[in-house]
Amino acid sequence: MTSATLGGLVGAALVGLGLYGLIAKPQPLRKILAFNLMGSGVFLVFGIVARKGAAAGLQADPVPQAMVITGIVVAFAASALAVNLVLRLFEAAGQATLSRDAWAKLPDDGAGPV
Amino acid sequence: MNLLVDLFSIAAIGAGVFFFLAGTVGLLRFPDPLSRLHALTKADNLGLGLIVLGLLPRSESLLAALKLVAIWALVQLAGATAAQLVGRAVRRKGSAA
Amino acid sequence: MSVLQALDIGLALLVFAVAAWTIFARGAFAATVGYVVYGLLLSLVWIRLFAVDVALTEAAIGSGVTGILLIGAAARLRGGETAGDERSLSGAARLFTAGLCILVALALAGVVLLLPDQGPSLARQSMQNLAETGLGNPVTAVLIAYRSFDTMLEKVVLVLAVVGVWSLAADRYWGGAPGEARAARPEPTLAFLAQVLAPLGILVGVHIFWVGADEPGGAFQGGAILAAMWMIVMMARLTEAPQTNAFWLRLALVAGPLVFLAAGVAGSIFAGGFFAYPPWLAKPAILFIETFMVLSIAVTLPMLVAGPPRREPRQ
Repeated sequence: MTSATLGGLVGAALVGLGLYGLIAKPQPLRKILAFNLMGSGVFLVFGIVARKGAAAGLQADPVPQAMVITGIVVAFAASALAVNLVLRLFEAAGQATLSRDAWAKLPDDGAGPV
Repeated sequence: MNLLVDLFSIAAIGAGVFFFLAGTVGLLRFPDPLSRLHALTKADNLGLGLIVLGLLPRSESLLAALKLVAIWALVQLAGATAAQLVGRAVRRKGSAA
Repeated sequence: MSVLQALDIGLALLVFAVAAWTIFARGAFAATVGYVVYGLLLSLVWIRLFAVDVALTEAAIGSGVTGILLIGAAARLRGGETAGDERSLSGAARLFTAGLCILVALALAGVVLLLPDQGPSLARQSMQNLAETGLGNPVTAVLIAYRSFDTMLEKVVLVLAVVGVWSLAADRYWGGAPGEARAARPEPTLAFLAQVLAPLGILVGVHIFWVGADEPGGAFQGGAILAAMWMIVMMARLTEAPQTNAFWLRLALVAGPLVFLAAGVAGSIFAGGFFAYPPWLAKPAILFIETFMVLSIAVTLPMLVAGPPRREPRQ
């Protein structure tokens, strides 16, 4: 059981965990957290592919590493947009939830003052 | 000579790890946030200092050794600031933080 | 079982445990703090996989800046959780979801275990052409030389994210500044930290960017550190967030992708192909592009964290 295989198994477990959190957790912020967890698990599995491509004096293939770096930055940009959407929702309507029942109770169907 | 250096490193790093362990036990077992903060900051700073001390003879150049000391100083700075802010928040909001 | 193997197994278990706590913790604030811890542990895993540049990026951007974003959001959303949230999924649905997620995880684990020990790799080609680019770090070479188009598009994605965040503002606030107006005096503890740390942090950030040409480091990591220094200074209320219609701010945001694109077009005129660098000018061109990338990243990340404008623009 090399460190690479162990890392890949952890990555697979993280993808499963993140997917569960994304589906099962009702609050949007927890969903964003779980999505980030899932993303980092996917990056880990890709990192294993990089490690198994060790050749030519390098310990890991540089191309997947560069892709993971790009992925981490893009994941941050997406999280920032998602979090700001949730905050704006909270600001405009007083609650940050995606459940239909909570929105139905508002008098004007949630389209409050912007 | 090499044996002495190795023994010193092992002793210092072992003591540092012990202090980290003590700080973590304090974090988990102490009753309220302020005492946990106290355990964390004191023990972790001392633990990191001992680990850096143990790593100093093994660094490959003077610059690397200075970098280790700089890391310790920066962690102390960040830890002190965080402890101040957490302590103030705990005092302001009671122990429900 | 060697010491290193024990370390690997311990680290893997710890990462999984902290991730599980992040998902199952009671409050959102505790979960976000758990996510920051998880990110830092993940950096250690990346180092064990010999991907030091990725470890630096994960610690700086994946755990650090994302942590600031999420903790700020969790603090502001406290009390916004309605009662209807807790009853969203029944026990049976939760069990079913858990079963399906375990299936996904097992399938991925099977794929990981079936990977060949020595897979196909582009390492040889990367090293062969490394001398022409004048760089010593193959990951930087991949980012700026071999796959420079991807990196330029990534910078464009960052600019699009800023545009998306700014367009969330109410109409009358467009062009204003994010955050609250500067209080009468700065926050004392954070001000001390900012005044001591910011000059050092700028030095460290520039160093990590510069050294990334030959050793682990690079534009993203250095830029993230510079962004963090600006964020600390803003959080200490020593300076306030700039107005979003400020010309220097908008210029700094687009400088990175614009210079990158200009270099690519110049390559097609002077060096025979889109994004080709002439071999005698490769390293200076790469460092020139990276300088503007660092500037853009250092300005984009704090703007993404600061959020949409919440004050009316002056003049």
